[in-house]
Amino acid sequence: MSAAPHSAHPHEPSGFAVERGFLVAFARDARLAVRSKGEVIQALAFFVVVVSLFPLAIGPESALLKRIAPGVVWVAALLSVLLTLPRILANDHADGTLEQLALSVYPLPLIVAGKIVAHWLITGLPLALLSPVLGLQFGLESRELVVMFASLMLGTPVLSLVGAIGAALTLGVRGGSILLALLVLPLYIPVLIFGAGAVEQSMAGIDVSANLSLLGAILLLGGLVVPFAVAVAVKISLD
Amino acid sequence: MLPVGATALDRSAAPMLLARDLRLERGSRAIFSDLSFSVESGQALVLRGSNGSGKTSLLRILAGLTLPDRGDVAWRGETMKALSATWRNAALYLGHINALKEDFSATENLRDALLIDGVHVAQMAQLSALEKVGLLDRRNVLARRLSQGQKRRVGLARLVLSLSHHPCKTFWLLDEPTNALDEEGVSLFTGLISAHLDRGGVACIATHLKLNLTSAVNELNLDAMAEVTR
Repeated sequence: MSAAPHSAHPHEPSGFAVERGFLVAFARDARLAVRSKGEVIQALAFFVVVVSLFPLAIGPESALLKRIAPGVVWVAALLSVLLTLPRILANDHADGTLEQLALSVYPLPLIVAGKIVAHWLITGLPLALLSPVLGLQFGLESRELVVMFASLMLGTPVLSLVGAIGAALTLGVRGGSILLALLVLPLYIPVLIFGAGAVEQSMAGIDVSANLSLLGAILLLGGLVVPFAVAVAVKISLD
Repeated sequence: MLPVGATALDRSAAPMLLARDLRLERGSRAIFSDLSFSVESGQALVLRGSNGSGKTSLLRILAGLTLPDRGDVAWRGETMKALSATWRNAALYLGHINALKEDFSATENLRDALLIDGVHVAQMAQLSALEKVGLLDRRNVLARRLSQGQKRRVGLARLVLSLSHHPCKTFWLLDEPTNALDEEGVSLFTGLISAHLDRGGVACIATHLKLNLTSAVNELNLDAMAEVTR
């Protein structure tokens, strides 16, 4: 890993390993998030506030609250993730660093993958970790809270993945944030159905493994395909 | 100091950079067409032209960020496909925007740029590069608090390190690099370009400034190209 001269591959920098592109992008975005904590905390606060509004608005009728809890938490999670999507690519596009990432020695899909994982770590993961606390407000029982947590752990990475596609397609578009919401929210529907469905099934005492498996399958498929699709979309939007 | 010389020589028959019949349209208007040129090792190509004449667009085509509507660009005899690996390894692009993260300091921005370029540079070398561009005492200030000229100098620090640590970055693409730079900054910049050309590198520079370069400089005036087109 030293800066020694390299005769075998004159084009390749020393210590070159393609996989490092993932880590470089991941670490960079994670450090950026730490540096601008405010935005991340605001999205989380938004999630908490939206979820907490429902018990206040609907009143203390516990059966009804419990009935709507899965849907409320999941919809709030979708909206909260939506607010943070500009972090993935739009900020880098605005300050010119996205061009530098596209010109990096590392393959763009790997860089994109690192950025998506970093995005999930600073948005989706905190949402999932907070969800049991919010579920208590709705009178969910411990088993249901566990299922809600599990569904969010599997579902929020998909929100970051699908959101990244929308974010890449709307780069540099005027009024991009509303377009982004219109583009991405319909694509979130399957995740919403399976995620909220899993919690509802656990409340009905039905086995939840089918819904969680489907979420896992979507996640695996998305994880494989999305970085490549986003990389292509980024190249097109830089053109 | 000439790590690239050896690799540059083995293909010395073909020009380092060759552009053939480039055409770029924006809307229904051709910004330029039938634009052909070549740049040899150790030469600089200076792009001139009024605002909107396509200097930035041409640089972006040469960087591989934009695809021309017709024609192609070859680097060392290899035709460029959009952002191919060869291209990304050789090109160092400083755009008209500074590509700095406002929430990071000059040190952090420089380190990130080097990480993205995939090059290992010891911290001491990074510090001395920042010293060379006159940012040593401002190195821990967030980029949002730096002046325009100081932001530009962070880009110059990348050029400094490209010379000393990154021999494979043989193709510099610089868009108005002297914008907001003071006189001393401009002479620092010309020094860097000269050193780069001396080591056999290629530089394409869009600028309005008269550069005092000792080496071979080709000028390409895009205004003249546009007249041919229309």
